[in-house]
Amino acid sequence: MYKYASPKNFYSLAGKLIPWSVGLTAVLMLTGLYLGLFVAPPDYQQGESVRIMFIHVPAAWMSMLVYVLMAGAGAVGLVWNIKLAEIFAGACAPIGASFTLIALATGSLWGKPMWGTWWAWDARLTSELILLFLYIGFMALEASIDDPKRAARACAILALVGVVNIPIIHFSVEWWNTLHQPASVGKIGTPSIHLSMLIPLLVMAGAFKLFFLTVTLMRMRYEILMREKHTVWVADVVRAGR
Amino acid sequence: MNWSEFFAMGGYAFYVWGSYVFAAVVLFANVIIPVYRGKSVMRMLREFYRLKGKKQ
Repeated sequence: MYKYASPKNFYSLAGKLIPWSVGLTAVLMLTGLYLGLFVAPPDYQQGESVRIMFIHVPAAWMSMLVYVLMAGAGAVGLVWNIKLAEIFAGACAPIGASFTLIALATGSLWGKPMWGTWWAWDARLTSELILLFLYIGFMALEASIDDPKRAARACAILALVGVVNIPIIHFSVEWWNTLHQPASVGKIGTPSIHLSMLIPLLVMAGAFKLFFLTVTLMRMRYEILMREKHTVWVADVVRAGR
Repeated sequence: MNWSEFFAMGGYAFYVWGSYVFAAVVLFANVIIPVYRGKSVMRMLREFYRLKGKKQ
């Protein structure tokens, strides 16, 4: 396990994993799209607009999961000074921001026909918007500090402070009276969603997770090369063009 | 179900397809950017080692 925490070993492991990860992402994504668009029935209240859920909910889950991973990796980098953790945290930010953006945009496109408004300043929507700003702040801070070590430390602290927003997003629909509906999945034993909708939702969620894995590995690989450019092994990799 | 019915999405075509297309564009950008950036990092490092080799 520890072997792969070295940038060199991780670089080659990631290179081997990426083709598998790409393939599995494609299979899950296509299956999820097929199930979500063709197999799942229209909702008895929302009609066909319910199909937005298969994008919106996985994206919203990922927006929070990626943030927690990013902040966790930031903490590991701060405490144990592990370079790979810093690189992982940095790679998380743009993809996490992308999932947040998708969650917000599809939520807006779903809100208009269902609630009659594109946007409302309610707790769920506002806290998710703050999440987007946290990601953007992370990236801006990273870009503004030249030394990668110092940048990673500053970003980790920002990410850790922002973690407080995650439970706020999660519980916002319970703590406040919001326009946003409460969760349908995850209430143990009694999910209030039919299997014909739950399965495509979970397949899409899996597809999004693997998508995240794929692009994170891609980003980490070149980031490792940049951070390790003074080592012999990177010089060899670049010379061999791999 | 026929295709025109499928694309109409029960009158929600704009919202449903808007969501799927938006997500597709954002995810696609997330693939293209690292691929492109990876190539430019390789170019940059090749130049870096070439200059370093000259100095020695």
